[in-house]
Amino acid sequence: MKPILEVRDLSYRYSIGTPFEHTALDHVSFSVRPGEFIGVIGHTGSGKSTLMQQLNGLLKPTSGQVLLDGEDIWRDKTATRQARFRVGLVFQYPEYQLFEETVYKDISFGPKNMGITGDELDARVREAAGFVGITEEQLQVSPFDLSGGQKRRVAIAGVIAMNPEVLILDEPTAGLDPAGREGILKNIESYRRTKNATVMMVSHSMSDVARITDRLLVMCGSRLAMDGSTPEVFSHASELMEMGLNIPEVTQVFLKLQQMGIPVNSVYTIEQAVREIRRLKGGEGNA
Amino acid sequence: MLKDITLGQYFPGKSPIHRMDPRAKLILLIVYIVALFTAGGFLSYALIVGFLGSVIYVSKIPLKSIVRGMKPLLVILVFTGVLNLFFTEGQTVILRIWKLTITLEGLVRAIFMISRIMLLITGTFLLTYTTSPIALTDGLESLLGPLKKLRVPVHELSMMMCIALRFIPTLIEETDKIMCAQKARGADFETGSLKDRIKAMVPILVPLFISAFRRADELATAMECRCYQGGEGRTKMKQLRYTALDAKAFVLGGVMLAAVIVLKTLGL
Repeated sequence: MKPILEVRDLSYRYSIGTPFEHTALDHVSFSVRPGEFIGVIGHTGSGKSTLMQQLNGLLKPTSGQVLLDGEDIWRDKTATRQARFRVGLVFQYPEYQLFEETVYKDISFGPKNMGITGDELDARVREAAGFVGITEEQLQVSPFDLSGGQKRRVAIAGVIAMNPEVLILDEPTAGLDPAGREGILKNIESYRRTKNATVMMVSHSMSDVARITDRLLVMCGSRLAMDGSTPEVFSHASELMEMGLNIPEVTQVFLKLQQMGIPVNSVYTIEQAVREIRRLKGGEGNA
Repeated sequence: MLKDITLGQYFPGKSPIHRMDPRAKLILLIVYIVALFTAGGFLSYALIVGFLGSVIYVSKIPLKSIVRGMKPLLVILVFTGVLNLFFTEGQTVILRIWKLTITLEGLVRAIFMISRIMLLITGTFLLTYTTSPIALTDGLESLLGPLKKLRVPVHELSMMMCIALRFIPTLIEETDKIMCAQKARGADFETGSLKDRIKAMVPILVPLFISAFRRADELATAMECRCYQGGEGRTKMKQLRYTALDAKAFVLGGVMLAAVIVLKTLGL
């Protein structure tokens, strides 16, 4: 399938010409096919967030290209502006960007900027609110009266309302309780399913990315260190550990079991682990 | 980007200038300014430029950053230059355009005035470039210490200044982040009429104010949790101490000022 997003030999340096100059991205290349759910992992300062801001044209590459549907997003001003709408970016702690009097108005900020008005605008806002579980009554209250988790949902809805083909989220679950995290991940997945959208998600939670993504990009020291399907990347456990990253806890347990000589296959999610244990028990029963 | 503003920013380093006592740097800045305003002739200016040049050299601050810091002041510099150039009375007329005359005296004066402002600003920049805000306010508090007897709340003032300086980069970073987040939602700050552009500021200012208040609140709580209650009986982890380095600097500064005064009396 033709890639929707393509990053070609992208490099980026911050604060060029000052003592604070440093490389944030070093010759990164990869391509994204429509409908993929990609996790981006890497320790703090590895360039994940910078990479995400390159993908919708918020930062201009020092060298290299970002192609959206085969067209350079920096070709001209219209292309850059289009990229901002087609590639929706939800920042870290997005609840701090809320500013309107009501939740409804805040969600409609993005689509309004796209030039959408009237019934279409109303439909977009309500649909986006639906995806993140914001109720009808909540649409009319001030976003500052909501709880932290609800504010985050409103902020995500503000981006979803632009109907982006590619949705990028920078640590969408940071600082939330387990129920809140679960809820937000479900919202993202339902948006992806319904709209056939492509999703990229930066996360520090290995169990989250193991469960919901099908491909992983691993950033390390401004470079793209690994790029492969989620099981493939997690099978390189020792390399990930060397980069200061972790692997899901259940994977660690099963690796240990393998070292102890128990014939289990590697697993990445709880569901897989349950199946694997059932298989083993069944096997023993037959023997 | 907003982050690239260098005005008054601290450039970390380990040069002798960086290691000097902030009080010594403050006093020497005053000495330098006095010398600058005493100086009249070419020779005394040359001396001051030489002094400043060697300080810049020793401090290892790249010349590029100093020049960049000067940019926002370009308007003032041009304005001063033009005013002095055209409105100085003099005998030797070089050029006459319509009612405006340029005299040799005016030209010399304009050059001197511009150099004086540039030297003044560069000197002040060097202080903030080489001194961390905390060291600077510490130095200021210590120098203003005697005013405490006159019931001036010196400690509170310097604490306020310290916090304000400390939060400038934080707020700039915050503004940058909020701007990016709103741009990602299609906000446009660069085009449209003046009214549109002012309106476009609302999505930045509201979150910025909210986060500033939140930060202030958190900071106040954090300070109270550590039993902060003003300067009364408060000790410092880093005591300010004059060293041999400062003594040398004082001697150099003193010699420079004396030389400028001598040159002035000689009319050079």
